[in-house]
Amino acid sequence: MIADNDRIFLNLYGRHDWRLEGAKQRGAWNATKDMIDAGRDWIIQQVKDSGLRGRGGAGFPTGLKWSFMPKEVKDRPHYLVVNADESEPGTCKDRDMMRHDPHLLIEGCLIASFAMQAHAAYIYIRGEYVLEREHLEAAIKEAYEAKLIGKNNVHGWDFDLYVHHGAGAYICGEETALLESLEGKKGQPRLKPPFPANAGLYGCPTTVNNVESIAVVPTILRRGAQWFAGFGRPNNTGTKVFCVSGHVNKPCNVEDAMSIPLKYLLEQHCGGVRGGWSNLKAVIPGGSSVRMITQEMAEDALMDFDSLSALKSGLGTAGVIVMDKSTDLIKAIARLAYFYKHESCGQCTPCREGTGWMWRVLERMAVGQAEHREIDLLLEVAGQVEGHTICALGDAAAWPVQGLIWRFRGEIEERIDRYRLGKPHVMGAAIAAE
Amino acid sequence: MTKIVVDGTEVDVPGDYTLLQACEAAGAEIPRFCYHERLSVAGNCRMCLVEVKGAPKPVASCAQQVKDQRPGPNGEPPVVVTKSSKVKAAREGVMEFLLINHPLDCPICDQGGECDLQDQAVAFGRAGSRYDENKRAVEEKKMGPLVKTVMTRCIQCTRCVRFATEVAGVSELGAIGRGEDMEITTYLEQSLTSELSANVVDLCPVGALTSKPYAFNARPWELKKTETVDVMDAVGSNIRVDARGNDVLRVLPRLNEEINEEWLSDKSRHAVDGLRRQRLDKPYLKTNGKLAPVSWPQALEAFAARLKGDATKIGAIAGDLSDAEGLKAALDLLRGLGVTNTDCRQDGAAVGMSGQRGEYLFNTTIMGIEDADALLIIGSNLRLEAPLINARVRKTWLRGTLDLIGVVGEATDLTYAYEHVGAGPKTLADLAKGKGDFFKRFAKAERPMVIIGMDALARPDGAQVLKLAAEIGMKAKIVREGWNGWNVVHQAAGRVGALDLGFLPGDQGLSTAQMLQGGALDTLILLGADEVKAPAGTFVVYVGSHGDAGAQQADLILPAAAYTEKNATYVNTEGRVQQARRAVFPKGDAREDWAIFRAVSALVGKTLPYDNLEALRAKLMADSPSFAGLDYAPGANTPLELKLLGVAGDVDAAPFTSAITDFYLTNPIARSSQIMAECSAAKKAATMAAIAAE
Repeated sequence: MIADNDRIFLNLYGRHDWRLEGAKQRGAWNATKDMIDAGRDWIIQQVKDSGLRGRGGAGFPTGLKWSFMPKEVKDRPHYLVVNADESEPGTCKDRDMMRHDPHLLIEGCLIASFAMQAHAAYIYIRGEYVLEREHLEAAIKEAYEAKLIGKNNVHGWDFDLYVHHGAGAYICGEETALLESLEGKKGQPRLKPPFPANAGLYGCPTTVNNVESIAVVPTILRRGAQWFAGFGRPNNTGTKVFCVSGHVNKPCNVEDAMSIPLKYLLEQHCGGVRGGWSNLKAVIPGGSSVRMITQEMAEDALMDFDSLSALKSGLGTAGVIVMDKSTDLIKAIARLAYFYKHESCGQCTPCREGTGWMWRVLERMAVGQAEHREIDLLLEVAGQVEGHTICALGDAAAWPVQGLIWRFRGEIEERIDRYRLGKPHVMGAAIAAE
Repeated sequence: MTKIVVDGTEVDVPGDYTLLQACEAAGAEIPRFCYHERLSVAGNCRMCLVEVKGAPKPVASCAQQVKDQRPGPNGEPPVVVTKSSKVKAAREGVMEFLLINHPLDCPICDQGGECDLQDQAVAFGRAGSRYDENKRAVEEKKMGPLVKTVMTRCIQCTRCVRFATEVAGVSELGAIGRGEDMEITTYLEQSLTSELSANVVDLCPVGALTSKPYAFNARPWELKKTETVDVMDAVGSNIRVDARGNDVLRVLPRLNEEINEEWLSDKSRHAVDGLRRQRLDKPYLKTNGKLAPVSWPQALEAFAARLKGDATKIGAIAGDLSDAEGLKAALDLLRGLGVTNTDCRQDGAAVGMSGQRGEYLFNTTIMGIEDADALLIIGSNLRLEAPLINARVRKTWLRGTLDLIGVVGEATDLTYAYEHVGAGPKTLADLAKGKGDFFKRFAKAERPMVIIGMDALARPDGAQVLKLAAEIGMKAKIVREGWNGWNVVHQAAGRVGALDLGFLPGDQGLSTAQMLQGGALDTLILLGADEVKAPAGTFVVYVGSHGDAGAQQADLILPAAAYTEKNATYVNTEGRVQQARRAVFPKGDAREDWAIFRAVSALVGKTLPYDNLEALRAKLMADSPSFAGLDYAPGANTPLELKLLGVAGDVDAAPFTSAITDFYLTNPIARSSQIMAECSAAKKAATMAAIAAE
């Protein structure tokens, strides 16, 4: 476990004042001017050296992403867009950061915008996050009044920050769909290339970052890249807020070092799995959009990008969904499949048609009303969606299904068999009729 | 140029080619639904997936450019594979997804036989279906009298949405709902308020949008296809006429980059049911105040008798749909008889008076619009007069290279932004003096265009208006080396041909207006002219195809062939000579126009020196050399002295008003068409609803 004073989000649980005064006491807005005076190259180098990888799910190195922005501002302004459309099932980290520590995010926005020569940044916040938006807006107002941001602010970099409230579509968390939505259009992902760093918001160079990726930057700069890089394994450095939900005794958000063992996370911070470790059935370690892992795999899994990808799962947003032996996994994944079917934007074929197909088959499988050959069919359909879509929602919809079939195929077969056993006298006729 | 390897073949293509284009250049066939050359790239059907070496996932080849591909580690050209098992699996997968919610009702679908989905399912799909769930059903949408919808068949490629938004310029089609509940709709359940709306039928790769008038009429393999040209406006769109037996069932656009690209106006496409109604199928002669059918010999005798009268009291007016051969035969006969009262300008437009061909042509050419950087439209509602020229202006405007557009005339929605410089001749007079901010910018343009329409020229002061417009043109130097920016947009398909062969008042001849004065003529020959009112007491001979206004007032009717029923020559507003081809035979006893005059010429003792169409055409080309160059727009090669145009004088201050009050009912064929009447009614209802809503 990391020491309390090594934590970045010191008010994650909202026990202290979230306003400017309280945030300043916890270190926010301290030496911001010095960081800006040190220049944008220094900032970007520090972020690169810290090894910070994007916290939104894909884990792309943040410093590298920033360096894709054009070096000089030409005819088009640069923009920073913060993705606060946190809609991933099982994930609620950005929410606590925004309602309990909004100033860290605002400070991060200023620094990141300066590093990318953007004079304006937008925070696109999820439609359902009303209190969070109110806190964020209040905090931005405080920052304006204290001349921390705005025109002619004390930091010497003119900077405006806007909060845009989404309408609650999951797909608007995809960066280009978010930009479309921000522009007032229907939230549908764009084709890439061109990438946002080239043509993003209103066709201008834009960087889209997750809330956590931006909010940790001021502290990294204050304490030094080496401090941040000292946590976790190489290529998976830093501290991370984990969201643990499901069948643990104390579900929580907790900030700890990257690469801590999953078992340690559950037992140390969450009071252990309900009914003990041996009662664990499966874990979805990175929000709903990754493949689940079994208890045996969870035994030595480390909570970082590389360890979980090696298990053919992923860290994603680090929203850990724990399921004990009482869980009906097929039903659970069927519910997730419904979610993806409901949230598919409908733009491209595999996702539009495939998500509905997978959901319908899974719903039948959940009661056993299926055939054995349909398991392979389902797996194939998932494979036909995966990697064939414009954005990653297709992948996200396919992976949970693949995880289920790869790791709990026996359970589906058993369910199908049990359903058939319940109708022994009509074997054949009735089942054929279905 | 960039090198790229497709399936082992190295090709050298421009860097801004998409991978799909590069693959085609290398001879690899790529299936696609959403991709269309003339629309923006949507990349949503995912049918065109290919494998690019080094890319982790299959790539939508329509959406990535060749220049964006990464070269190999030693600078080798990027490698694209379209025949691997991975690509095959991706295509089969996408095809299966497209088909799971597609009804597969091909036997009752009008698209059957010319359906992209059908064809590609055979070529790139799996053999059978593995989908056991219920299929999606989608509610029908109302899209007016031209477009029939079966939205359950829709595969959400959004071609129609992109066409409406980009080409037609009406944002009235869109997708609502998301995921598998996404539906294409017109939002308000009405037809598109565009003159190009029926093109969505051609664009739809499946049977979701089909032609309503053609519904359940025929299968494509039953039809005889004839490539010909359209006469509903003076654009001369290239069309394909599909006929079964002796009935024209439908008209489709034919690709011609220089004229209509691959679009067609709704009137050109759907007025053809007018070819079956109100047809003149036998000669009629008025006896005792009543038209009675007569035989051809009797009719020709009666005609010959009139022609033997006083030549100064005989006159002829050419109609809007007249072909050049018919007019040439009529003109040769009448001139032979000493008749000089001939005119092809039913509306009295001030064109064809300076003796220069360039005076009345669209000299910039339709394709040339794309090079223009400034445009002044004088007295023309382009959207109604020539929807495809308007679409070309919009295309250029959208691209951003034509940002200065001014209009003198009625301020209507032309689907692009323009400055309304003024309403009538007074503004022209100011512009001709170089006054105003607009003129200053217009004069600075490098390739400026003036488009002048019949609203400005078909007025009593048309010649004076023409003079003013020409002065503006001279001041702004619209005619310069390699560029001719003087453009007249005609509304009648036969007008330019008639002007080219000189169907104008001869020596001491009367013009249309003079001929129509009471007592001016004994005999008036209307060559399909339906927009004029003959004075009482004049013997009217009507030579035409439809029982419209002209036939109503006729004393002698000689039935002629319509444009789909004859091999004939038309000249479009650019001066492009095009030949129409016979798709079906004339109705009943109707004859081709030229043959009627050839026949009567023998009876009056002035036998015309041609016995067949070839001989007639040879004479036509000998007399009017401009007919010799087929399918070619002279464009900037036409010499033009702007200072010789028009007549100086006072102009009426009245503003220009549109001559077209109803786009759908501008000629006898369209007025006979039930579909056009429905369109007209739908348009009126929509206009009334819009007014009521205000």
